[in-house]
Amino acid sequence: MPRLPLPMPSHRLLAGRLGPWWQLFFRYGPPRWTHYMRHNWAGKRLVIAVPYLWLLLFFLIPFIIVFKISFSEVRLAMPPYAPLWQFVTEKAVDVRLNFGNYLFLLTDSLYISSYLYSLKVAAISTLCCLLLAYPMAYAIARSSPATRNLYLMLIILPFWTSFLLRVYAWIGLLKNNGVINNFLMWAGIIDTPITMMQTDFAVFIGIVYSYLPFMILPLYSNLEKHDYTLLEAAADLGANPIVSFLRVTLPLSIPGIVAGSLLVFIPAVGEYVIPSLLGSSDQLMIGRVLSDEFFANRDWPVASAVAIAMLLFLMIPIMVFQRYQARELAGAK
Amino acid sequence: MRLRNRHWFSKTGLWVGLAFLYIPIISMIVFSFNNSRLVTVWDAPNSPTLKWYGELFSNDQILNAAWLSIRIAAMTATGAVILGTLAGLVLARFGPFRGRALLSGMTTAPLVMPEVITGLSLLLLFVALQQLIGWPASRDITTITIAHITFSMAYVTIVVQSRLAGFDNSLEEAALDLGAKPPKVFFRITLPLIVPAILSGWLLAFTLSWDDVVVSQFVAGPGSTTLPMVIFSKVRLGVSPDVNALATIMVLIVAMGVVTSAIWMRRQERRRVREMQMAAAANK
Repeated sequence: MPRLPLPMPSHRLLAGRLGPWWQLFFRYGPPRWTHYMRHNWAGKRLVIAVPYLWLLLFFLIPFIIVFKISFSEVRLAMPPYAPLWQFVTEKAVDVRLNFGNYLFLLTDSLYISSYLYSLKVAAISTLCCLLLAYPMAYAIARSSPATRNLYLMLIILPFWTSFLLRVYAWIGLLKNNGVINNFLMWAGIIDTPITMMQTDFAVFIGIVYSYLPFMILPLYSNLEKHDYTLLEAAADLGANPIVSFLRVTLPLSIPGIVAGSLLVFIPAVGEYVIPSLLGSSDQLMIGRVLSDEFFANRDWPVASAVAIAMLLFLMIPIMVFQRYQARELAGAK
Repeated sequence: MRLRNRHWFSKTGLWVGLAFLYIPIISMIVFSFNNSRLVTVWDAPNSPTLKWYGELFSNDQILNAAWLSIRIAAMTATGAVILGTLAGLVLARFGPFRGRALLSGMTTAPLVMPEVITGLSLLLLFVALQQLIGWPASRDITTITIAHITFSMAYVTIVVQSRLAGFDNSLEEAALDLGAKPPKVFFRITLPLIVPAILSGWLLAFTLSWDDVVVSQFVAGPGSTTLPMVIFSKVRLGVSPDVNALATIMVLIVAMGVVTSAIWMRRQERRRVREMQMAAAANK
């Protein structure tokens, strides 16, 4: 830690008989107490340690345990998995690493198809979400500051109400005798109800609906910072609005698009509630498979292996998101 | 003019999006006053009715679960605010230290972590701890609260950290120069500045906990069923009108809360701006 220059001592002190000595003291004396406090006070370590230890214990270590259990064998006991190592004698340790769970994931087509299906659903929903959110974020960013806050509040308000109940609301709309079908039949557009519940369409709607604010807010905070004289310059130079959007606004908003898409995509891959309520039971998403393995089959090792495999899939997007988030918070200064 | 005219597309998009966001909620509210048990068929002669609200308030299972959820959410929000504020303060103000990258990673990862993974890993931790040291003896309100604090403190951290990043630390530096000890600086200067962030962090953590079904399902024991777990098992079997009534009450409370806090924060912000202007004028 470099030593800070000591503060200017008072003039009376320096003008006095001991002035030169004080000058020497201030130049070469011990580091000032406040300086010491600022950089080394005892509480600093405590302040760092409290959240640090909490996250280590309840966030990081659990993943290590999941990793460990994914290599053990299932057994009929509580807890339902065999220990990884046992002391056979006092000196010999019997370690049983069991890769069977991972082999099982690879050989049983249920898991692979669920992973692929989850990735597909998450990707399509993210794209739909982006297409819906972009014009909204753009319109909010271009409106006057007073209405801007109102719009933002309107976007965030549903987010504060229960996620579960908002998904539930779609059941009432999408059912065969639900609001949408009733309305279309009343209007004479269709004669027989369209089946919308328990289809991929319902899952897309549910995910887009629940995650829309997560897409709009990063996009908005990016679009809001744009310098709109660039667009005027493009227009002056003869670019039509579509060209200037594609060549100016869109490239500049890529960080917002990436952040919003990751905030939707990553949790959507592991989504459990939405496909359980709106989706079909023929094709399961991986979150559902994990919880079925865990609760219905009580096969904790396989459930752990499913979780680790899902994490491997999501590792790269999560790291990209973290880098973006760190840069965003550093940029706020 | 040309620039102004082409907003019709994004403006239309905005209104379509807002309709998409609000139509389900409005339809849920409307049908909570419907007399028919078939939720979506409007029973015109006998509606509107408050029948389902009466049924809701006589359902002991829902009331007990709601009370449990409120207690868990309040404890979660308080715990998450304390831990999240410390983490946000450390990340925004303490400069580089060994292990900072890990802390920063551990505070952003929960934002996107799929809930099934968080739930599974926490349950396995609790089981392992129980075998190792005998705690927690049973899975109940404590384990649910710990799990909820863990995933919701990340949100508080982000809110506090970005609020702190918006202020430069010249005020804190000045107080340190004048000889105030760091804890005093925190309570007299930093804390008052970040009160809005702490408040919205508390509300956010409360809502996240109040709403959570997946993580709770993993870490809850047989005796502790939270409200979202009750709702989830109810609506898995299909729509039921008393859930509509419950949703309406929750939407009303949230809307009032959000509007009140928005007004309060705006007033607070205005006061701060005015004080800064007055201070600047006094310095001239």
